Amino acid sequence: MDHVVLLRGAVALTGRFPALSGVDLSVGPGEVVSVVGANGAGKTSLLRTCAGLVPVRSGEAVVLGIDLREDPPSVRRRVGLLGHAPSLYDELNALENVRFALRAAGSPADRVGPALERVGITGRLTKTPVAGLSAGQRRRVALAVLVGRAPELWLLDEPHAGLDPGARGLLAELVAEAVAGGASVVFSSHEPELAGAMSDRQVAMAGGRVADVTEGSRRGKLSAVGEGGTHVA
Amino acid sequence: MWRDALLVAGKDLRIELRSRVALWQVLPVAVLSLVLYAFALGPVRHTLADAAPGLFWLAVLFSTVLATQRSFAIEAGEGTRDGLRASGIDPAGVFLGKAAAVAAELIALQVVLWAAMTVLFGVHVRVPWLALVASVLATIGLAAAGTLYGALSAGLRVRETLLPLLVLPVLAPVLLAASRTWAGALSGSVSDGVSWLRVLGPFAAVYLVIGIVLYGPLLEAG
Repeated sequence: MDHVVLLRGAVALTGRFPALSGVDLSVGPGEVVSVVGANGAGKTSLLRTCAGLVPVRSGEAVVLGIDLREDPPSVRRRVGLLGHAPSLYDELNALENVRFALRAAGSPADRVGPALERVGITGRLTKTPVAGLSAGQRRRVALAVLVGRAPELWLLDEPHAGLDPGARGLLAELVAEAVAGGASVVFSSHEPELAGAMSDRQVAMAGGRVADVTEGSRRGKLSAVGEGGTHVA
Repeated sequence: MWRDALLVAGKDLRIELRSRVALWQVLPVAVLSLVLYAFALGPVRHTLADAAPGLFWLAVLFSTVLATQRSFAIEAGEGTRDGLRASGIDPAGVFLGKAAAVAAELIALQVVLWAAMTVLFGVHVRVPWLALVASVLATIGLAAAGTLYGALSAGLRVRETLLPLLVLPVLAPVLLAASRTWAGALSGSVSDGVSWLRVLGPFAAVYLVIGIVLYGPLLEAG
């Protein structure tokens, strides 16, 4: 598979409103792509489209070799989306939320504990209803779902929002681990410098289109800090 | 599909047990409505006994709307609806799971309502199996149709007021047939009651099939 994501002139609508107005984008295997742009530029729509949640009306849209216009459910089973909101049920605790999400996705239930541990949700935090967790902790629980699912394509919508420096470091580690495991990552951000440092390519969006593409410095950074380094400030 | 249905039903019931919205809001409203009906009809025992089946199912009908609204309020949290879709879970399984959870709540509610009706209206079921079969079929129909129309209105801003408007006329045949069957069960007239089961059974089956087929497109459209 040459491209994990291949969009050519992709037009997508959210209800009656245009979400993407002819996007051209490709993401290769093991590549990390950041998406930046002002509010309403189409960053979230791009990620939701790649996740098979926004219908593509025209153009070419292939994710993981599957035509998004024909079979979005098959795409959903293989990609992982961390939305702007954490997709958690307030009344359920972290353990129950992650267990439900993994079972719904058909992932092995024995990954729940290790996934939560990996994101630093341990001890009594696993048994606390997520309504009682801080925004950052809820974000970590949502990340645990991705860690447990281990999808082939990670789609992260403003993953740095609301995270403290420690959690940002963890996120960088998780992205590096996902890429090392063969996954590709596309994430949006309102922080171009941080996004550029974490990605191989940076896509700037405006008006539902790709306005510019620049090289990111992830590989350079990683080589500078040595193998296994994930030091993205 | 069945695995997903069990998963969703378990999740919805667990959330309901934690939040106790059904226990502290839906159930009291249903019992209160029975008490108010009794006030409205006056203290004449035989009037209350005659009206009991219809009032019972009217209370269940309104509770169905509340339980369905609650079922979709669970998914109205930040990103949870998207999360469910993005998980790749079978939409038919989601429909069956949500309907099963609503049905379980309605069955529990009917047990309490039946006890309340016995005390308030002084009625007794003479043909328990007939009442039981009617309750099971009617509950499946109510839960299936309620869940289907709940999904239809879930994505709309006016869903709280739209859902009763959409679903109450649709559920009218269940109200009629279940009331008549229960009237037969209370009076001991089995043949009268059984004939109305022919409405309840197909209604439940039709809405289960429609829900299984259409729930996916409804989720997508929402």
